[in-house]
Amino acid sequence: MNTVWSLAKVVVLEMVRRKDFYVLFILTVLLTGTAGSVNLFNDRSIVRYLKEICLLLIWLSSLVMAITCTARQIPMEREQRTIFPLLAKPVTRGQFLLGKFLGCWLAVGMALAVFYFFFGLVSASREQQWPVLNYVQAAWLHWVMLGVVVAFTLLGSIVFAAPSSNGTICFVVSVGILLLGRHLNKVALGLPQPWQSLLYGSYFVIPHLELFDVRDLIIHNWELIPWGMVGLATLYAAAYAAVFLLAAIWVFRRRPLN
Amino acid sequence: MSSHPLLVSALALAVALAAGGRLLVDQQAQRQETGSVLKLLLGESRRAFAMHVFLKADAYFHQGFYPSVFDSPAAAEAKTHLVEATEENHHHEHNHGHAHNQHRDWIEAFGCHFQPSEHRHLEGLGQAREILPWLRLAAELDPQRVETYTVTAYWLREQLNQVKEAEAFLREGLRANPDSYEILFELGRLYAENDRDVPRARIVLELAVEKWLRQEASKVSPDHVSYRQILGQLAALEERAGNLERALAHYFRVYQVSPNPATVQKRIEELRAKLAAPQKPPP
Repeated sequence: MNTVWSLAKVVVLEMVRRKDFYVLFILTVLLTGTAGSVNLFNDRSIVRYLKEICLLLIWLSSLVMAITCTARQIPMEREQRTIFPLLAKPVTRGQFLLGKFLGCWLAVGMALAVFYFFFGLVSASREQQWPVLNYVQAAWLHWVMLGVVVAFTLLGSIVFAAPSSNGTICFVVSVGILLLGRHLNKVALGLPQPWQSLLYGSYFVIPHLELFDVRDLIIHNWELIPWGMVGLATLYAAAYAAVFLLAAIWVFRRRPLN
Repeated sequence: MSSHPLLVSALALAVALAAGGRLLVDQQAQRQETGSVLKLLLGESRRAFAMHVFLKADAYFHQGFYPSVFDSPAAAEAKTHLVEATEENHHHEHNHGHAHNQHRDWIEAFGCHFQPSEHRHLEGLGQAREILPWLRLAAELDPQRVETYTVTAYWLREQLNQVKEAEAFLREGLRANPDSYEILFELGRLYAENDRDVPRARIVLELAVEKWLRQEASKVSPDHVSYRQILGQLAALEERAGNLERALAHYFRVYQVSPNPATVQKRIEELRAKLAAPQKPPP
């Protein structure tokens, strides 16, 4: 575990040094500020559109960060040839991948904490309320969803040749699932066989990332999600992340390092 | 940076959005001189976006509980609940053509805990203001969409008591659609019901009748609903002002196009009786 933790710390430190987070955070602040400066019928208390824009930017930024950060980990180690001395030490390939996963996941988690704090400030500035527990639930679900994304991006970084192609594929797949995942069953029901069974089957197989998108509940001030459901969602995400990580380890063990 | 195409794309998108947002703000300030930036950027596709944004306002009205295009054909129905509420002047019970309690599978059943899953409306303490940004944007995207102005004005004056803003928005709509009898009707209603400015309301409503006659009278299936609304408003206005003969004349015109002439006839009889009654001598 110490080995995994040490590898994760290196990834987190690398993320802190890079400019990705700072650029995305500043852009989120700027765009939210611009949206907030628009005069809408002389009413300064309108807030939900601002929450929607801010949360959308947070989701986009977090996806970009998680995917770009993860996609470059293994290719970068190969390119700089640091992977050879690293794996020459008593570090297994499994520990190496787990360390990379944990590092990327923790790094985006830290970024999310800053983003959601900013979101809370924006919301409180106009709504004069701070539903902290709702924000904690939203941020937690967002973070565990990113765990799945990080895991499948890590798998992609072993399967695909270049980090750019892996990043693009992972981004398209993630956004595709977020937008269409919950509707696949309805679309399937309108199709003839065997396409219906095929699409319905894939509906059950894909990780439903959209389950973790609780933006509408936050924007429209709905009540807390039952904690039991949050726990189940966490287990659901953990199961998918574990499957992708195990697949990544399995593939990585069979691949030559160079 | 060049090694991260997604980051660069996100950066470019964000800069474009920020620039677009800024331009929109500037455009609002100098509308007459610059023309529509959105028209320049989006071309005719902005009309499709306008419809989407208008539906977004309807989704906000339902606090996020809204069917997607995948849920039912009813989702594509032309009239949103925002518009229905405007026409009926009250919040009515309706359904969305899809039962959220009937889940097709366990993923749907589980997923309903993570999204709005109960039919609610924005009500009380001026919460309806939350739909305004989307209506404003819909008007920016498609200034020729008359419904956006009438619906926004209704919510501004009826639910939020922002009569001045409603009038300004209707006037903006009238500049973009100078022949719209719908906007003139809404403006006349505002003068009649909120400002109690009878002469002004009369002029605007009579202009609305004139526009309606010019545009609709010769059509095979004219918009009788709007005509009845305008004439009804005009008749009520004259009745309140004590001009019973004028009111009677308007009711006669309503009678000719009403789907329920018996009710109008009854109103006409009442007015006739009032007219026939001996006038009280001045004190």
